[in-house]
Amino acid sequence: MTTKSPNSIGVGQPPLLAVLIRFRALIALLVVFAFFAALAPHFLSIGSLLIMAKHIAIIAVLGIGMTYVILTGGIDLSVGSIVGLAGMVAGSLVLNGLTLTSLGLVIYPSVPLVVLIAVLLGGVIGLVNGTLVTRFGVAPFIATLGMLYVARGAALLLSDGATFPNLVGSPELGNEGFETLGAGQLLGIPEPVVIVMGLAFVAAFVAARTPFGRYVYAVGGNARAALLSGVRVNRIKTAVYVISGMCAALVGILVASDLVSAHPASGETFELSAIAAVVLGGASLAGGRGTIGGTIIGACVIGTLGDGMVMMGVSEFWQMVIKGTVIVAAVILDQLQSRLGGGSDRG
Amino acid sequence: MTPVTLQATGMVKSYGATRALRGVDFTVHAGSVNVLIGENGAGKSTLMRILAGVEQPDQGEMLLDGARVAFRSVRDAARQGIGIVFQELNLCPNLSVVENMFLGRSVTKGLRIDREAERALAASTFRRLKADIGLDTLVGDLRIGQQQIVEIARALVDDARILILDEPTSALSEIEVATLFEVIAELKRNGVGIVYISHRLEELMRIGDHITVMRDGAIAASAPIAAASVPWIVEQMLGENGALSPRGPKAEPGAPVLEMSRVTVRRPDGVALVDDVSLTAHGGEIVAIYGLLGAGRTELFEYLCGARLGEGAITLNGARIDGLTLAERVERRLLLVPEDRQREGLFPNLRVGGNLSLSFLSRLAPRGLLSSRAEARAVDGMIGRLGIKAPTGDTPIAALSGGNQQKVVIGRCLMRGPAAILLDEPSRGVDVGARADMFKAMRTLSADGIAILFTTSDVMEALAVGDRVVVMANGRVTADLLAADADQTLLLRAANGVPVEHDMASALASQGSR
Repeated sequence: MTTKSPNSIGVGQPPLLAVLIRFRALIALLVVFAFFAALAPHFLSIGSLLIMAKHIAIIAVLGIGMTYVILTGGIDLSVGSIVGLAGMVAGSLVLNGLTLTSLGLVIYPSVPLVVLIAVLLGGVIGLVNGTLVTRFGVAPFIATLGMLYVARGAALLLSDGATFPNLVGSPELGNEGFETLGAGQLLGIPEPVVIVMGLAFVAAFVAARTPFGRYVYAVGGNARAALLSGVRVNRIKTAVYVISGMCAALVGILVASDLVSAHPASGETFELSAIAAVVLGGASLAGGRGTIGGTIIGACVIGTLGDGMVMMGVSEFWQMVIKGTVIVAAVILDQLQSRLGGGSDRG
Repeated sequence: MTPVTLQATGMVKSYGATRALRGVDFTVHAGSVNVLIGENGAGKSTLMRILAGVEQPDQGEMLLDGARVAFRSVRDAARQGIGIVFQELNLCPNLSVVENMFLGRSVTKGLRIDREAERALAASTFRRLKADIGLDTLVGDLRIGQQQIVEIARALVDDARILILDEPTSALSEIEVATLFEVIAELKRNGVGIVYISHRLEELMRIGDHITVMRDGAIAASAPIAAASVPWIVEQMLGENGALSPRGPKAEPGAPVLEMSRVTVRRPDGVALVDDVSLTAHGGEIVAIYGLLGAGRTELFEYLCGARLGEGAITLNGARIDGLTLAERVERRLLLVPEDRQREGLFPNLRVGGNLSLSFLSRLAPRGLLSSRAEARAVDGMIGRLGIKAPTGDTPIAALSGGNQQKVVIGRCLMRGPAAILLDEPSRGVDVGARADMFKAMRTLSADGIAILFTTSDVMEALAVGDRVVVMANGRVTADLLAADADQTLLLRAANGVPVEHDMASALASQGSR
């Protein structure tokens, strides 16, 4: 863990304040959790905690991919649409199979194969994003904004806007069991939670302990210096969009599986929750700073806040106002930390 | 317009631990050209930034025509008649000439911009400068020289009575320089006091009236230009320069390591930045590439390492590399230490260790996983080898001084075990002590058989550190001599574009000074 958030090298700031700001995401999580535990009825019941865990898992998986992208100084606005498209592709494969027109044949891929195809599709979409950013010099914001529309449109085209219902498959076709991914449990823990824990562990390890992870931080810290040091900057940048696309596709599967149906509008505005989680977790949108662990905590804050407010009966309109306020407040604290910590250095 | 004199006394300015100015007195005489010269990092730009209100001094006072003044901002200084044209032009290429000239100081009639008044004022300013520039042309469509004149015009619209020009000719063609000099003469006649910063000695001798030489944050000498000569200026710039001992006798250079033939690099508009350069660097040899700003040295290095497009063959240890990508050239152990470390060399978000090991990570992770222990060992080894003043690899990079940051960037290249290393202005922004350390390190490296090329704008440095000195001017090689055969005057002439043949060297050297 050598490349984590920057050390405070400034001297003379009150240490308590510095510590509070440093661990603001964790403190925010504890405060939010305690608040709802005290005031929201049934907040601590097993049932609602499990539902909340699933919501958090979805934001966290998107956030993991988004963290890599943001670490390089990019942004991926297309993840919400990839969620929708991947869910629809998976739904279509389970329900209608794969039609090979030349042979007049319909194959029904097994569930693991369905997952693989959908995740690869997410990777290909990410590859397109990355290529637009690196080879064609399109700003990440614009490239992925374009993809946000294209992927959503593709999801709607797949069924002409309709839902693929009842995705249970059948034993005769050998494709049953799709619903267990999102709704199933492993040792009493919802499968999405198990998946996100595994994924978070791998992602944090890759970020901290592999050359690839270090290159991601280097590209975000100073892309020109990385290039001159022999880092294949374009490859790294492309790779993070592929990772983000695959994470988004995985979420698409989890959501469709949980609902046992695929809806083309699924995942709308998820990109915003994912970015919010990354930013709450202490990452800098300028790149080079942030951690997977921070993003997981950020996802927990967003998820807890959302579910807690629902349980307290806060109106949906007020929920939006409060979420927006929390995100902006987090960025203000982040600025404060930079000012306390770094100061301006001249060399 | 009344002539104005600006007097600064006892100027002190520090950045962190670095003392940029240590008690400087400087006078701008009205109606004359006050030239300021000094090595990089001598404090010229800092002094000018203070005079123009960009920064505030820690100590010292300024008298404008005998009255005490303090400038809170550039606008504040401009209102009191001090204009500055920075080395890097500050114009918006997407706006027209008039729009640029009145940016942030619009002439208004009520809430509306008074376009007619602005145009009239702009037109009269250009008439005064005898410059023919279309008022509605987009600045992005102008040549650099014309843009510079727009900058000057912008300062004059504010009724600047003192105008600071920071290396105005570094990006200009010869014709553009001639035009600029006419403009300066015209301003002088109007009583404007001009401060002119440049590295080009001949230029200074041509247009200057007073000369001030700065060294290490202090004034080394000041005189009317008539009393100055090129050797005198050089002497004042360098001081005793005890930090550099001449290089001892060395072994014969080894086999050719880095060879380039007919390298040409062009700007998008076709102007050659590097013009038909052929050079060979041998193993164990230090080649100094000396030249003025804009001579094409940086562009040559960028082409060699693959960061810039151009033409010409490059051979590294006998194999052609000019078709390879930058990363592939690094893989073959050709490494560049860029001139602007902050912008091109350092990762502010990584610690010292992360900065050092970046080019070496593939070796530290044989099975795809970084071994923290191997990394720490490699990092600690390099910190010791280069004498980097950091307690451990976990030290934040921002906590290091400029010289030590420089060593970190060099250390990153060394970890890779380079065959050839390109150092672009390694002494820029590095204090004298760290500079000596660095040159010592370069010598040790060359003894290991590495071919070292470095650029410098400092004659003494070129002579003291290089085994061979190559001089570039306007993109061409104007001299290629053994350091033992060269002297300062010779190199300065070559840097100003007078080609030197090998056998002419001694003849020219003897005719020496002005």
